[in-house]
Amino acid sequence: MCLGVPARVIKINGDIATVDYGGIMKDVDAFLVPNLKVGDYVIVHAGAIIAKINEKEAMEMMKAWSSIMEELKGEI
Amino acid sequence: MKFISSYRDPKLAKRLHELIDQLVSRLERQGVSRIKIMNFCGTHEHTITYYGIRSLVPSSLDLIAGPGCPVCIVPAGYIDTAIKLAMEGVTIYTYGDMYRVPGSYESLAQARAKGANVKVVYGFMDAVRLARNEKKEAVFFGVGFETTQPTLASWMVRDAIPENLKLLLALRLTPPVMRYVLRKSRVDLDGVIAPGHVSTITGAKAWVFLSKEFNVPTVIAGFEPLDVLIAIAEILRQKLHGYSRLYNEYGRVVTWDGNLRAQEITDKVFEVTDGYWRGIGLIPSSSLRLRDKYASLDAIDVYGLKIEKGIDTRSGCKCNKVILGEAKPTDCPFFMKACTPAHPLGPCMVSSEGTCHIWAKYGGRLLLEKFELE
Repeated sequence: MCLGVPARVIKINGDIATVDYGGIMKDVDAFLVPNLKVGDYVIVHAGAIIAKINEKEAMEMMKAWSSIMEELKGEI
Repeated sequence: MKFISSYRDPKLAKRLHELIDQLVSRLERQGVSRIKIMNFCGTHEHTITYYGIRSLVPSSLDLIAGPGCPVCIVPAGYIDTAIKLAMEGVTIYTYGDMYRVPGSYESLAQARAKGANVKVVYGFMDAVRLARNEKKEAVFFGVGFETTQPTLASWMVRDAIPENLKLLLALRLTPPVMRYVLRKSRVDLDGVIAPGHVSTITGAKAWVFLSKEFNVPTVIAGFEPLDVLIAIAEILRQKLHGYSRLYNEYGRVVTWDGNLRAQEITDKVFEVTDGYWRGIGLIPSSSLRLRDKYASLDAIDVYGLKIEKGIDTRSGCKCNKVILGEAKPTDCPFFMKACTPAHPLGPCMVSSEGTCHIWAKYGGRLLLEKFELE
């Protein structure tokens, strides 16, 4: 029920957006997230966009943990 | 979406696995013989079970599924009421997960087989569109946690609900039940993996009380296997160094304040009230109801309904204990015997986020046999 599926916005028409789930297109409610742009990666839950995905942040978390693992190697 | 594949990278997973092993050995050397981490969310349980994470981590580390299945905790009386309406000719729209959960005697799916008018929808938007087109008397049976609530409120604040559509709602809030688990349950937790998609709405700040008030290391995590491995490693790291804090591993989606627009819209439509949780009981300030301004949409008022106390738990079914992390699915005498995904006895075996359903589907024979031997 709290399942959120990543998708890409391909069209915006007022409060409704068309998103692409890797090949499957669907109209979803876009009212909950302001300032959406075509090309944004988003999380869709129960037919509504609930959040944007920050790709830069995603890559940084991986980098951060790669260095944390290096640090801990010395510690443990 | 390159970032998603990097969260499934086997090389990084192996390194995290080694790190978790080392952290656990270090804690064992400090005299810690058992470590218990609860994942709140059914989707985290899915990741843990599907990717075999439970069998990967050392045996002294217990990964316990928590109460994060919003259809499992809907009182049977609500399902009975929805069935009654559907048998009287009202069209009931509901989510696929809710459709098969048994009420006191049967599920909406079983009622449909007897002629009740029930339709499964993906979201509230579909119910609004269908009701508008079909122009028949209809009720949307809506359940869900913070993630789902704004997807309903979204249409109400826009006055977009057709006259023929009313709502029967069993919405529940997650921080109160987590407090309940920590205060009342017999499980002593060393860490909590907090729900990622609930937090997109509430913000990370909603979970800070776990580390501040209960001194429990808390990680808000995403749903890829590496997200969960990082969450486990971070909790172990905090435990090893003797501190507790809230760590937001899912920063690619979750911010500190959350989705402010969704919060504002939800608050306009709903107010907080006490809520009854199936198999658990009454939890103060754990539910939402429509504000007076929206009373004309409330099926309970419009149809003069009274939600009766139904039969929440069948004798012997351990779903209520599984929800609180006090029992494993394999502790239940019905699991995979009388109760299977095809013939579920309790709600935990129905929903794709129900722990019993996930274990039944992905638990794996060897893992189950191992648990049965314990």
